[in-house]
Amino acid sequence: MKYQTVIGLEVHLQLKTKTKAFCGCAIDFGREPNSSVCPVCLGFPGSLPVYNKEALNYAIKVALALGCQVQEHTKFDRKNYFYPDLPKNYQISQYDLPLSRYGFLDITADGKPKRIGITRVHLEEDAGKLIHETEASLVDFNRAGIPLLEIVSEPDLNSAQEAFDYLTRLKTIIEYLDVSDCDMEKGSLRCDANISLRPEGIKELGVKTELKNMNSFKGVKDALNFEAGRQAELLESGRAMEQDTRLWDAQKNITVSMRTKEGAKDYRYFPDPDLTVFIIGQEMISGIKDSLPELPGLKLRRFVEEYSLSEYDAGILVSYKKDAEFAEECLKQYPGKDKKNMANWLIGPLLSEANTRNLSLHQLGVNIDELTSLIGFVQRQELSHLNAKSVLTQMLDSGRSAQEIIKERNLLQISDTAELEQVIIAVIRENEKSVNDLKNGKANALMFLVGQVMKKSSGKANPKIVQELIKRRIDNA
Amino acid sequence: MAIDKETVKYVAHLARIELQPDELEKLSGQLHDILGFIDKLSRLDTSRVNPSSHILPISNVLREDKPRDSLSPDKALENAPVKKGNFFSVPKILE
Repeated sequence: MKYQTVIGLEVHLQLKTKTKAFCGCAIDFGREPNSSVCPVCLGFPGSLPVYNKEALNYAIKVALALGCQVQEHTKFDRKNYFYPDLPKNYQISQYDLPLSRYGFLDITADGKPKRIGITRVHLEEDAGKLIHETEASLVDFNRAGIPLLEIVSEPDLNSAQEAFDYLTRLKTIIEYLDVSDCDMEKGSLRCDANISLRPEGIKELGVKTELKNMNSFKGVKDALNFEAGRQAELLESGRAMEQDTRLWDAQKNITVSMRTKEGAKDYRYFPDPDLTVFIIGQEMISGIKDSLPELPGLKLRRFVEEYSLSEYDAGILVSYKKDAEFAEECLKQYPGKDKKNMANWLIGPLLSEANTRNLSLHQLGVNIDELTSLIGFVQRQELSHLNAKSVLTQMLDSGRSAQEIIKERNLLQISDTAELEQVIIAVIRENEKSVNDLKNGKANALMFLVGQVMKKSSGKANPKIVQELIKRRIDNA
Repeated sequence: MAIDKETVKYVAHLARIELQPDELEKLSGQLHDILGFIDKLSRLDTSRVNPSSHILPISNVLREDKPRDSLSPDKALENAPVKKGNFFSVPKILE
């Protein structure tokens, strides 16, 4: 039987505020254990939490960027459960009145645009960190109380690849907003996935499993692929699927059941009496809306329209905000209306230089005037594309100007016909066979002769002109 | 709302409270009475009253994102029953 995979993602995002969600303890990851803690985040009796204004700002930014409706009334609730990383025995979270609902994120599925619903974006707090030793578990509460956003998607994703694309786009948007580091390996972005299978054409959802413990986007994709296969096998064999929470084992590439003993979780949510409600007015929302940067989706559209870039090229350029800003500066400064040349240089030689140097585009420190001047040499056919690439490398290494390097290395192409004729006469004399081949209509022979001229001129001859000169000479012979 | 012993057992488990059989008996009765008493409130007509989630008529209490001093690790760990270095130590948790 054919099955459809149904996936929903739950992303937890650490907001990069200076202080924690409910107290003024500094967020600073390099600190020694339990040195950024206070009575509030340690859950001491009598302490009172007060929410961080900046965290609320950041959260509203994310909600708006994801097209969510920010709710006018919102409040915090207590989610009650016992675990040693949770000093209060409850997590401050949001239950029935979340910050925002009904958003969306556009992804590409099989080359076509697809809109993924976002159920809600709500506020909560992080727990402490546990270190497991043989005899005991050790707790560090520096992380407890860091503001988190929970971003819940609708079960609209239908493959591991779609889930991967969703995460990549989400990360790009969050990076544009500059409200989180979004580093899955460092835990500033975490992702749990719900996945179930249903026979193709059936509306009712199948029994799902929840996957945890993935620490990279690729891990999420691998875990989902594995789990989809495992579930299909189970269903195929006629055995019953059990609702389960499973951990991804990145070493063995499998998911393993957590075998939780307890039945359905019962968190007994209730409004946190220590925190007031929030009334978020239109004025506040439109103020924050105005402060949003241009988001990647819109930037991509604009790059396509303003600079006549292909969607693919524009997509590459907008995937990091600072790179996009650098690229746009280059495109703007490039003379003329046709920006394709500059775009090709950005996506080609510059991006590959950035990759070899383990930097991103904007970190290359390239001078835009110099880059434009270098491209100009190629445009005027004074420099071969190949040599231009090596000049670029040298420019980046030394910080010297294109002009200087080209002059020093004597790389200017010879376009002077008189000078080229000398070389061509010699080549024709030395390669009688090829000349005859050419006369007999063998087109390959022409390229061979051009190659010989290039060789003799140390690559400096302008191949287009050489080609014409040879043709003319042989036709007239 | 009837509170039977099973419900009390369940709630006690959620709160990690261990109850003796006689306590279970006693608490079932008491909880039943308390909830019955509270239940009187549901006789009020609240159809014209907005739901409230806080007893005080205040909203939007926020603080600036400015760091202030934290406790020293020594101070933070002062009353911990067991500690190791700068960590709180708890019975081993199986992941």
